[in-house]
Parts: sequence; C-alpha cells; structure tokens
Amino acid sequence: MIKNINFVSKFRRANLVSVIIFVLSIFFISFKGLNYGIDFKGGTLIELRVENNIDASSIRESLNSMDLGDINVKKFGKEGDYLIKVEQKEKNNSNLIPEIKNKLTDYLNTDVDFRRVENVGPKVSSELLESSIIAISLALSAMLFYIWVRFEWQFSVGSIIALLHDVVITLGIFSVLSLEINLSIIAAVLTIVGYSMNDTVVIYDRIRENLSKYTKISISDISNLSINETLARTIITSVTTLLALVSIYILGGEILRGFSFAMILGVIIGTYSSIFVATPILKFFKVSYKTLEKEEEKIVP
Amino acid sequence: MLNFTKINVFSIYLIFFLIAVFSILNFQSKDNVLIDKKVNLGLDLQGGSYLLLEINSDSLIEEKIQSKVIPIKKLFKENNLDYSDFKIKKKSFTLKIGDIEKFELIFLSKKDNLVNPYIDNYRSFELDYKQLGNNEIEIFFSKFGLLTINNAALKQSIEIVRRRIDDVGTKEPTILQRGEKRILVELPGLKDPERIKKLLGKTAQLNFRLVTENLEFGVDNLTSETGEVLKISKRIVMSGENLIDAQPSIQNKQNEPTVSFTLDRLGAQKFGRATTDNVGKRLAIVLDGKIISAPNINEPITSGKGVISGNFTFQEATDLALLLRSGALPTPLVVVEERTVGPDLGEDSIKSGITSLIVGFTLVIFFMFYKYRVFGLIANTALIANLLMLVGVLTILEATLTLPGIAGIILTVGMAVDANVLIFERIKEELKTEKSIIHAFDTGYTKAKITVLDANITTLIAAIILFAFGSGPVKGFAITLGIGIITTLFTAYFLARHLTSMIVLRNKNKEIKI
Repeated sequence: MIKNINFVSKFRRANLVSVIIFVLSIFFISFKGLNYGIDFKGGTLIELRVENNIDASSIRESLNSMDLGDINVKKFGKEGDYLIKVEQKEKNNSNLIPEIKNKLTDYLNTDVDFRRVENVGPKVSSELLESSIIAISLALSAMLFYIWVRFEWQFSVGSIIALLHDVVITLGIFSVLSLEINLSIIAAVLTIVGYSMNDTVVIYDRIRENLSKYTKISISDISNLSINETLARTIITSVTTLLALVSIYILGGEILRGFSFAMILGVIIGTYSSIFVATPILKFFKVSYKTLEKEEEKIVP
Repeated sequence: MLNFTKINVFSIYLIFFLIAVFSILNFQSKDNVLIDKKVNLGLDLQGGSYLLLEINSDSLIEEKIQSKVIPIKKLFKENNLDYSDFKIKKKSFTLKIGDIEKFELIFLSKKDNLVNPYIDNYRSFELDYKQLGNNEIEIFFSKFGLLTINNAALKQSIEIVRRRIDDVGTKEPTILQRGEKRILVELPGLKDPERIKKLLGKTAQLNFRLVTENLEFGVDNLTSETGEVLKISKRIVMSGENLIDAQPSIQNKQNEPTVSFTLDRLGAQKFGRATTDNVGKRLAIVLDGKIISAPNINEPITSGKGVISGNFTFQEATDLALLLRSGALPTPLVVVEERTVGPDLGEDSIKSGITSLIVGFTLVIFFMFYKYRVFGLIANTALIANLLMLVGVLTILEATLTLPGIAGIILTVGMAVDANVLIFERIKEELKTEKSIIHAFDTGYTKAKITVLDANITTLIAAIILFAFGSGPVKGFAITLGIGIITTLFTAYFLARHLTSMIVLRNKNKEIKI
C-alpha cells in the first residue's frame, strides 16, 4: 500500500510553521519560563488524603498562619486528594513535616493521611538540574556521533536539528501550559530524543538506500519516495506507541500523567519532525549519491 | 534468512525458555522457594523512605586544625625555627617566619613527618601553606587532606547510621555512600521516617563535665533542664566513647524512665577517680552541647555503671539509650533530600500501573491483528514472549521495578512491534517486485535488519544515558526501557522470524498476503 503523497511540496509551508512554533517556544521558555517542580527548585511536596468535604481553600487557610512562604495547594486526582507544595525557605526546619501535619489535623479537625512526602534541598535541586541538562546534552551528542558514524555529516546535522526542534517545542508547550518540569519529564524528554531519532533513522536509512539505487533522481524525489515507502511503518508504529501511552495517561494514575503527556506530545512532534524537518535538511545540503561516494573514498584511500 | 538449522531453532527456544521461566518466580508463594530471585519493588511501589544525608565537616575541620597547633609549635622549637605572630583562624592559622627555606624543609619532609604526613595514595601532604606577605604564611589543610578527613568522617558516619537504623529494626535497609560527603539511606516499608530522621539528626556527643567555679580550663555557661544557668568546666571528665552499653530503665522510686549505662575499664577508672575526688559537687551530663541533667555526686561511683535521668518519656529514654549505644557521629548529618511514599499509595500505583499495562497491551495486540492478520499473530506472539523475557531478565538481575519502570515496560510494548512492522512492511514491498515468495521474505528480513538495528541502538543510547544520570525511579525506567530493547531485538529477529519461516515454508506454493 505505497501511497504517493507529495510531501516535498509541503516542505516550505511546514518549515515555516516549524520555525514559527520553534521561535515562539524559545520566546515562552525564556520569558514565561518553565514551571520547575521541587526536584529542580527545591522545596517540600506533600500528597495528602482527607475526607471528601474538605476543599483546597481550607487547607490553604490552615497553613497560612505557619509563615511557610509561597504555598501551592491543588487537587490531585481523586476527591479528597491534594498536593501541597511549599517553597524552599532559607532556614532548614527538620520538623517541618510533622508540624504541617499537626496543624492540618488540628485546623481541619479530621484525619490527614500523608501519602507521599518529598523534600529536596537547594543544593541537591541545583545538582539535579545540572545533571539533567548534562544528560540531555550528552544524549544529543551521542546521537549526533552515532549518526555521523553510520551516515554522513549532513544526516547527522539534519537529525540533530530535528531533535532540538522536538525537545524545544515540547518544553515550549510545557511552558505555555505551565506544566511542571520534574525528573520524570526529563526522562520523558530523553525518551522522546530516542524515539524521534528512531523515526528519523528509518527514513534516513531508506533515503541512503534509494540514493545509491537511483543515482539519476533528484534528492527531492528521493525524499518523497522514501517518505512514502516508509509511511505505513511510520504511522503504524506511532499508533501502537500512542495506544500504549494514552493508556498510561488515562489509567496510569496522577504521578505518571505529566510523563505520559510529555511522551504523547513528543511522539507526535517527533513523527512530524522526521518527515518535515529532518528530511528537508538533506535537500538543503543537496545530498546526492555523490555524497555517499565521497564518504567511501575517504574511508578507503 | 528463513533457513534455520535444527541447532538454531533449538537454541533460540532454549534461550527464550531459560530466560522467560524466571518471570514465573515472581508469582510463587514465599514458602516454596527453589531459586530465590524476584523483581524488587521500588520504594514508590512498596512504600518507604529515601533519605540523602550530608555530613557537615566544618566543625570537624576546625577541631582538626586546632589539634595541629601544639605539634607544629613543638616541631618548630625542636628545629630552632623562629616564628612570631601565631594566629589561629577558623580553618587555618597564620604566622610570621624568618627563614622560609628552612620552614619548607621541615614542613615538607616526607620522612617520619608526623605533623604533616605525606599521603601516598594522593601524592600530597595533609597540610598545605601559602605565602601571604613577605614573611607571613598561612597553613591549612590541602585538598587531599580535606578529602581524607571527609572520607574518614563519612565512613565512620555510615557505620554509625547503620547501627542506629539496625537498632530501630526496619526491614532490609540500604545504606550506601554517595559521592564524597553523602549517605543514601533507603528504608522500604517505613511509613513515618520522622523518628529515624530525628535519630540520625543527632550527633550524640555525650560528655560528663563538672559544674565548677574554677576557671582554669575555661567554662561554658549552659542552661540546665530546670532552667538555671550553670558554669560547666570545659574539661571533659569522660566522654561517650567509653560507653559499652546503654539501656532504657525505670527508676523504682518515681517510676521514672532513665537510661542505665555501662562503661569500659578505662571509662570506669576515669569515672571512679573523678567521682571520688569531687564528692558533693555536681556533675553535668552534656549531650550535643545541652545539659540533660546535673546531679550531685553523693558517693564515688567505681562500679563503671551509672544512670542518667532527665525527665524523659519512655520513648525518649529508649532513643537516648539507642544513640549512646551506637556511638557519636563525627559530624552533624543534614537531610538534603527526602522522598517518602505511603504503602497505600504504592499499592494504588501498582494497581494503576498494571491496569494501564493490560489495557495498552490489549490495544496494541488488537491493532496488530487487525493490521496484519496471521502475521499480526506472529508479532503478538513475539510481543508476549518479549514481555516474559523482559520480566525474566529483570528477575535474573533482581532489578528494582519502579512506577516509571512500569511505564517503561508499557512503552516497550508500544515500541517493540516496531521491529516487526519494519520487517513486514519491507516484505510487503519485496512481494510486489519479487516473484518467489520465499525470496521476498528473505530479502525483506535482510534489508530491514540494518534499519532495525540503527533505530534501536539510538533508543538504547538514550536509555544508557538515562541510567547513568537518572536517580531512583528514573533509573528504573531506564532499566526496563534498555532491557526491553534487547529482548525486542531477540524476539523480532529470532522468534518471530522462525515463526514466519514456518508459515512461509508451509505455504510456499500458495499466495501469501501480509
């Protein structure tokens, strides 16, 4: 079922859209910023369960007298489940958690169950942020290197631009929607890098094969042919991956929701970028069968 | 690619069976344990506490540099080295020296240098100096000297943390060194870490010091338990090091919880002498710079046994006894990261994780069957085999399964079919141009091989980096994702290929459609 859709004719328009969204994403990331969770900002997070009739505002009220700085209380999944986030204060109070618990129990006059408590100090959080940035940069460079070894440099540049496109736009959407960036989002971003690369490699592989098979055809037509030949696979794999991810998103519970949302975004953007970002770059570099031959000459002098 | 020798087939299924059989171990009941291997549940799934502690060695370094003052002065005297303006600062001291060359010779001598020992493994001296002015120098601990101090303090702290936690009796704690200054503590099943945090937050330096008006050794003004300010001599009669045992006890008269302690021989001697010489005076029991109590010495205590009272509750007496038994920490410990998950949240997470796994798995299986019919069944068989092997490998490695780890398995399910999709799509193309069906399948597999490898290696790279840089739950994700890729390659390229070859070879004269 090889379809024959003229993708190349849509490159220009798609690239324009990509550039606009990319620039907007950078704009949002730098001016609106990312909503870092306590993993990267430091602070205390408490997931608690109380009886149904208690609302977020009464929890907020009961904590107001404690001088905790910026407090964030929001519903978390089921009725009666809340998430409290307390900003990092300078003085390190080792009794903070029992104090909050006592305060809530007294004020709300009900049993308060702390289901999850996370507390990250300022030093650790900045280290976590640093190591996450290193991890993502390292992943990108490892991919760059792998593609450079397996293909030619034009391919490697193309795939990295596509990856940056995916990562930046995913983070941009997180910035626009003020979604929290925590360690599991970083894991998602790294997986997106892997997935998007995977998708790009499949198309690149086919382009390379077709370049040496049809030496007379232009890179535009080769691109079009290769995208069409691999289109069925691209769609089927995206669908099965999305099926799995949507099932995590809906049924996997609150903790995995951000992670699976980032992954869903990433899979969609990654699939798009393999076709509309990674491939046009080969055209831009005027890759032809000669590019491949040159490489071989270099290897066998 | 479709020809398998008998040995090939045999080894493929043997490998599959040997690995997959381990996945069953997770479902056996505890009593019937042949091979005791299981996938461990991460703290986020079984509930428990993760604590990252950091030693704060500032006070220790101050103490250590001060202990160098007398030996250094002595060293200079022995070698007739003149110095002046000796000033002790927080973590260093400064002095003026006439003959710097001579100082260097003595200070940086590698032979029997007790004042400034040469550390062989770091090829560095313990102390270092720099010239401030013309004749003024500053002496301080070198980078490696500090490292050695920190290292020793950390090792000792780990030992004491272990003793304290074992004493509380939590099940299967993990206590590990993390970097140069940190200790990682994992306490599975612990619902409320506050007591442990409290126990670990105390250095528990116990001193017995006399209440005195004599200012010879210097005094500290400390507030006693009753609120009176007492002058406590800086001279330490005896410290907690000499304790060999401490137990909570009840004083009969008032039914008051107390702590009874037993001293070693040296301690008993010291304590005996001090109490004999100072009958009628008050002896303050000081813990971490605070007075617990300051009782009168009524009679000499020479038995090496004593009792500490201080208006304790029974819990406080128990904890104090535990702290004294386990010994003092060389430096204070600070909790720099804490993550605690209650057991019921863990259970909920397992439930929702498993539900989404089953649903995701079923959706993928139906989709593949709808798309590829018979070959969809092959891909699905490979997928099931893949899951069994993935769990099998996790069991063999006794890996830790976290909630993100379950997400990794689900993602593997979604992405694992990719290898077979790539192959099937390739075969479809080949079938269009190729007359011989067997040949078409053969080239399909051969040509798809490179792509499948390339595509999976990139994801594997991402997984390895995640594993190296991720912490806790994220590591769990990286493990399942990484192992998932390897089992995917095996099941797609060996199992599914063999199944495909059986169907193709059986129907080689009929038309086959994918």
